[in-house]
Amino acid sequence: MTKISVKVDGALYSDDVEPRTLLVHYLRERLGKVGTVVGCDTSNCGACTVHVDGRSVKSCNMLAVQADGHEVTTIEGLATNGELHPMQKAFSECHALQCGYCTPGMIMQAIDLVSENPNASEAEIREGMEGNLCRCTGYHNIVKAVQQGAAATAQAASTTGGQS
Amino acid sequence: MTVNPEVVEHLIEDSVDVDTSDDLGGREVGRARVRKEDYRLITGRTKWTDNIQLPGMLHLAMVRSPYAHARITSIDVSAAKTSSGVVAVLTGADVADEQGSLPTAWPIVPDQKAPPHPAIAVDHVAFAGEIVAVVAARSAAEARDAAELVDVDYEELPPVLDLKEAEKDTVLAHPDLGTNKSAFWQFDSAAAGTGGSVDEAIEAARRDGIVIEREYRQQRLIPAFMEPRSTVVDPTGEQFVMWSATQVPHILRLMLALTLGVPESKVRVIAPDVGGGFGGKLQVTPEEVITFLVARRVGKPCKWTETRSESLLSAHHGRDQWQRLTLAATKEGRVTALKVDLLADMGAYLGLVTPGVPILGAFMFNAIYKFPAYQFNCTNLFTNKTWTDAYRGAGRPEATYAIERLMDELAVEVGVDPLEIREMNWIKHEEFPFTSVCGLEYDSGNYEAATARAKELFGYDALRAEQKQRREAGDSVLLGIGVSTFTEMCGLAPSRVLGSLSYGAGGWETASIRMLPTGKVEVVTGTSPHGQGHETAWSQIVADRLGVPFEDVEVLHGDTQVSARGLDTYGSRSLVVGGEAVLLAADKVVEKAKPIAAHLLEANVDDVHFEKGHFRVKGTDHGISIGEVSLAVFSSHNLPDGVEPSLDADATFDPINFSFPHGTHLCAVEVDTETGKTSIRSYVSVDDIGNIVNPLIVEGQMHGGIVQGVAQALWEEAVYDDQGTLVSGSFVDYTLPTAADTISFVTDNTVSPSTTNTLGTKGVGEAGCIASTPAVVNAVVDAVRHLGIDDIRMPCTPERVWKAIQSAGAHAGEATEQAQEHFAPGEPNQDTTTAPATGDQS
Repeated sequence: MTKISVKVDGALYSDDVEPRTLLVHYLRERLGKVGTVVGCDTSNCGACTVHVDGRSVKSCNMLAVQADGHEVTTIEGLATNGELHPMQKAFSECHALQCGYCTPGMIMQAIDLVSENPNASEAEIREGMEGNLCRCTGYHNIVKAVQQGAAATAQAASTTGGQS
Repeated sequence: MTVNPEVVEHLIEDSVDVDTSDDLGGREVGRARVRKEDYRLITGRTKWTDNIQLPGMLHLAMVRSPYAHARITSIDVSAAKTSSGVVAVLTGADVADEQGSLPTAWPIVPDQKAPPHPAIAVDHVAFAGEIVAVVAARSAAEARDAAELVDVDYEELPPVLDLKEAEKDTVLAHPDLGTNKSAFWQFDSAAAGTGGSVDEAIEAARRDGIVIEREYRQQRLIPAFMEPRSTVVDPTGEQFVMWSATQVPHILRLMLALTLGVPESKVRVIAPDVGGGFGGKLQVTPEEVITFLVARRVGKPCKWTETRSESLLSAHHGRDQWQRLTLAATKEGRVTALKVDLLADMGAYLGLVTPGVPILGAFMFNAIYKFPAYQFNCTNLFTNKTWTDAYRGAGRPEATYAIERLMDELAVEVGVDPLEIREMNWIKHEEFPFTSVCGLEYDSGNYEAATARAKELFGYDALRAEQKQRREAGDSVLLGIGVSTFTEMCGLAPSRVLGSLSYGAGGWETASIRMLPTGKVEVVTGTSPHGQGHETAWSQIVADRLGVPFEDVEVLHGDTQVSARGLDTYGSRSLVVGGEAVLLAADKVVEKAKPIAAHLLEANVDDVHFEKGHFRVKGTDHGISIGEVSLAVFSSHNLPDGVEPSLDADATFDPINFSFPHGTHLCAVEVDTETGKTSIRSYVSVDDIGNIVNPLIVEGQMHGGIVQGVAQALWEEAVYDDQGTLVSGSFVDYTLPTAADTISFVTDNTVSPSTTNTLGTKGVGEAGCIASTPAVVNAVVDAVRHLGIDDIRMPCTPERVWKAIQSAGAHAGEATEQAQEHFAPGEPNQDTTTAPATGDQS
């Protein structure tokens, strides 16, 4: 067992974990963060994507011990004071989800993509979302949602003086 | 208990009149409502089966056969049993007396052959991935660790993997069965009295007409829903509660009872949020039965959740057919007959509806066309591979692919545009209702309108001009244009028709509506959504029928204790059948409320009419809302004599006919002749799915369906090696399309309302997936046809396209000899290593 301290969605957790524990299993099974899901076992699908220190990471591709001392944000920690993140809203408004299994990972990846490239073209969005698989939507509305979410995020940042 | 009506009164909306300021006149049906389901999905509060944690719950891991065909000679579980945290290890022998045989609901012929299908193999395994033992342990990790310690000895047997080999019966998938043939099923229009003799028509065409003979391969696909399957069983003492990632909680409950001999009333099945299905979760799985058996044995809640590799290996696959086709036509291109000879791969066992999947296609090979004669012969065969069953479209994509590819070939023979040959043969809009050569009555449609609209949106003529120009200019990247004008039979299904096809159940659907005292409405549906948005669409229907706000309607589903009866979700049936049941239940509520409203209004019931949520006395502004009636019924202080104090209503709808959505899909691809790579340039679909309840949901269904169909055309294939090992057993090898592989689509609709349900809807769940595959392959072949290529087997990977181009060149004279020399074996160069020339995977 290895002792780790991780901040997840704003709360600090100190736990003993088996060194082989994947971050996604730690999040789901120890912390009850079941909004983050597992879709494959080869790091292809991206359903488990979270943010570690603000950057998107496939949490099946990282050990819990590697998160020691870092800050993790999951889909459950995105909304602030009950207000949804613009990307969450955009996914719903653009009907960018059907069964919704890939959605937490998609949203987390989309936020990272947009923070890196706020004016991403359709082609750049498609390339940037390539590591997240969806079987329902054909990606058409996901691309639309990322575009709308990017615009809304930029607008929110400008009205709050640069804070996104 | 008493409730002060005045206290409750304020909870009822002041006015239930909805906004009438838009062109829908205040109606909800037709409105692009953002889905009710979304909030929990975008915030991570979704209830997936794998999220469930129960006190004392054990975790299961399956031990699976690595061999495609073998006898089990011994199993040693001693090391696994003493591994940390292990509570039980069970083999097939341990549960042989209680596990029964997994069910098949569709004996397509009375003498259908099938091997016993135990959940845990006892002494014989027939595909790689078949379960031979199960471990129950305190944690999932401990269960998996222990599963590695189960020591199984196998005596390998020769596997039969290829369909055509299976037909020969020289190697048997199940030696005890004595044959690989499960069933032979025929439809013949002359015998059925619905058309002429195919043999006579083909003979006539051989003398003086056109005969086209082709063989097409429907490769094996994997549904690959995003949520891996998961099952939890809690043996509470009073009953067994099963949560499962299933499309069919009601069917599952019934089948568990029948398979295991448990009283149906002691089984409750819950499908919580389910992450996609596409037919892949239309099954009663070994894992569900095993989780039930282990939970019963150990008296503890048990959970099984699959890995993706397990899912690709053992969840049922789809398609997998060889299609031998003979099309006869006049010299002008009028089809006179179609003969279909199918070999359909069942895999190792028959699943819930495995044998019926090709039969669902039997009625669709004639598609939108007026064929005078038709014959369909289908041989269902066993092989030592994962069993097949329903996958989005189930039989209809296969049929549509065959006929839409053939119509292109006919157009080439006649020398006309592919759309022209189709128009020459299709049913004209004024000919509806039309009885097809299969005896189905197509109620409505307008193929001319959908095609005209699609051509306009696509820029068909301009693209044809560009294609010609680029060919003439010798462009190495060629433009191809593909057409698919399809129809499908949806709304499964009229119970009598299912009976005539020997299906083991009916096709009705039920709904209940419960008016709450506060005027809110609960709708209970027997459909079981897993991404389709029934909570939203059903709310729209009820909001219109009852005149209540969309927000006041709550839709409940997926729990057999809440929704006692139902036949679940598949076959594009939910709206057409289940939505109609919802509508009928709502109308019954209004009928029940009307005499009560008249009584409260002190009016004659004949003078009361219902409009936009209010009962009004004709010719006055005197009225009462349905919510107020509901409250009055709840208090029951002032009801007419003899009236039941309830506004709840149940309705069950059994459709009198299928519905027949149709559409025209046009696809432009660019094929790089130097690399063989196909890129989709543009895609237009114009679908006639009847009236639309929610355009947002419809578009989403089209987009997703189109991409799944494109994936069959270009990327996906479940590949086995010659030992019967699944090579494409992870997402690294089974190549689901990504955002970077796809494009944005142009989707539009024409509307010919269905005449067989009140809403005039037809179903949309499978349309995109049925239509797009032939559109794409027709486009790829169209791009390279002038090089002498008339078919490329799916998926049209760069390797296959490149090889087709090389081989066409090899048959075309002088230039060819140079090419052969250039790529001759023994002279390795960059080109040969990047495009390997190994044999085709079948």
